[in-house]
Amino acid sequence: MYSASDLRKGLKVQIDGDPYIIIDFEFSKPGKGQALYRTKMRNMISGNQFTQTYRSNDKFEKPDLEERTMQYLYGQDDEYHFMDTSSYEQIFLSREQLGDNLNYLVDNMEVEVLFFGERPIDISLPTFVNLEVTVADPWVKGDTSGTDTKPVTVETGFQLQVPPFVEQGDKIQIDTRTGSYMTRVKE
Amino acid sequence: MLSPEGLRQRCRLLQAIRSFFLGRDYLEVDTPIRLPVLIPEAHIQPFESESWYLQTSPELCMKMLLAQGCRQLFQLCHCFRKEECGRHHQTEFTMLEWYHQGWDYTSLMAECEQLFRYLAAGLSGFSGVVGSDRLSYQGRSILLAPPWQRLSVAQAFGRYAPLSLEQALAEDCFEELLVEAVEPRLGWQTPVFLCDYPLELASLARPKAENPAVAERFELYIGGLELANGFSELVEPQLQRRRFLQELESIRAQGRTAKMPEGFLESLEELGETAGIALGVDRLLMLLLGREQLKDVIPFAGDYS
Repeated sequence: MYSASDLRKGLKVQIDGDPYIIIDFEFSKPGKGQALYRTKMRNMISGNQFTQTYRSNDKFEKPDLEERTMQYLYGQDDEYHFMDTSSYEQIFLSREQLGDNLNYLVDNMEVEVLFFGERPIDISLPTFVNLEVTVADPWVKGDTSGTDTKPVTVETGFQLQVPPFVEQGDKIQIDTRTGSYMTRVKE
Repeated sequence: MLSPEGLRQRCRLLQAIRSFFLGRDYLEVDTPIRLPVLIPEAHIQPFESESWYLQTSPELCMKMLLAQGCRQLFQLCHCFRKEECGRHHQTEFTMLEWYHQGWDYTSLMAECEQLFRYLAAGLSGFSGVVGSDRLSYQGRSILLAPPWQRLSVAQAFGRYAPLSLEQALAEDCFEELLVEAVEPRLGWQTPVFLCDYPLELASLARPKAENPAVAERFELYIGGLELANGFSELVEPQLQRRRFLQELESIRAQGRTAKMPEGFLESLEELGETAGIALGVDRLLMLLLGREQLKDVIPFAGDYS
């Protein structure tokens, strides 16, 4: 069990059977009054957010959360399948659960799958992924149009801005936290 | 760690506070910070030190000194409160506390007005100070010219909270509404004295003669920040003992231990009408420098290594 004084940004607690993550937190205490813990939480399954003020004697259960390293296999009909490479157990997550993570997911990629009890609810990607550029305008040497970047599409269908020298068939490194181009990868 | 410039500003504030009170015949005192017994307060947890405690405020010692004949005292000291940590809280913080015999809380409010104008006039160059009559905080301009707004707790709830004060107390959500609905709205045009607290929220303040359901207690708010807590001191030992018994009961219900400060109650016999106030110096510096967290204005914020 957690008590209210354990609350802080990033802590995960269980409320009414669902796992929540604290996304904003502030301690307050009016003069001579009792301590209040003002929190903003996000439901880790539905994504719904709410704010609530707790008192010192409020208690919270720890949610049964576990991360397992799994390999991405394939996507079909909005179901995205992953496999535990030691037990060969397979699970899937929905398009909605994966959200923007789909921009970076390619076959055989290793990711951390977050389980709430037996139920997979989220994944975390490596911070940097290498993806192949599938659509890019050719680089015209000596181009003085003044633009520093150009749009390209990578193998997942994700579009981003890159320097003009990046060409179709190149592999580029992308920061999955921001979706931005880091560098061209030589293979 | 605070920069040399930050330390210099902090030093200027401390010296300005001293010169204000010394110029008004207050005596500066430095009482022990480690004590065998504290004033019992239900919602303040002390740190233990061997079998003694670190002070949560200098109130007990200062009132005992007043009782033996000092008329006006002030102190700048460190106080310690367990588990209070946040943007506007540190477990160790600097307190300014002052007492004036023969006064009630209305005289103290007037002195707060004078103190702030004195500080603003002397602390030119502080980024939150715009001349001697104006502060600037979070992009808003706050006028210091007296008189500042005086608002009773009941009026403030009527104006800003979804429930009246009576309803809030009955539904046990007074503090939540105070923090969420009332405090953020206080002290943006001029500073505000929030006064006349329900008696049960003012264990050390005397009841108001014309309305004994409330106590002569006020809190000073500027820019939504709670800066100081003052009151007409309760100097009636029997009544004070009964209030302390309630606090002790609440402390024990939380599984903590605390003792009755007998020496303090005895000394109250000798204490005449007195008003006293405690002001958070770190919060004051934060306001005067236009900062938004205490960590930005204290010499060390846990960053020793």
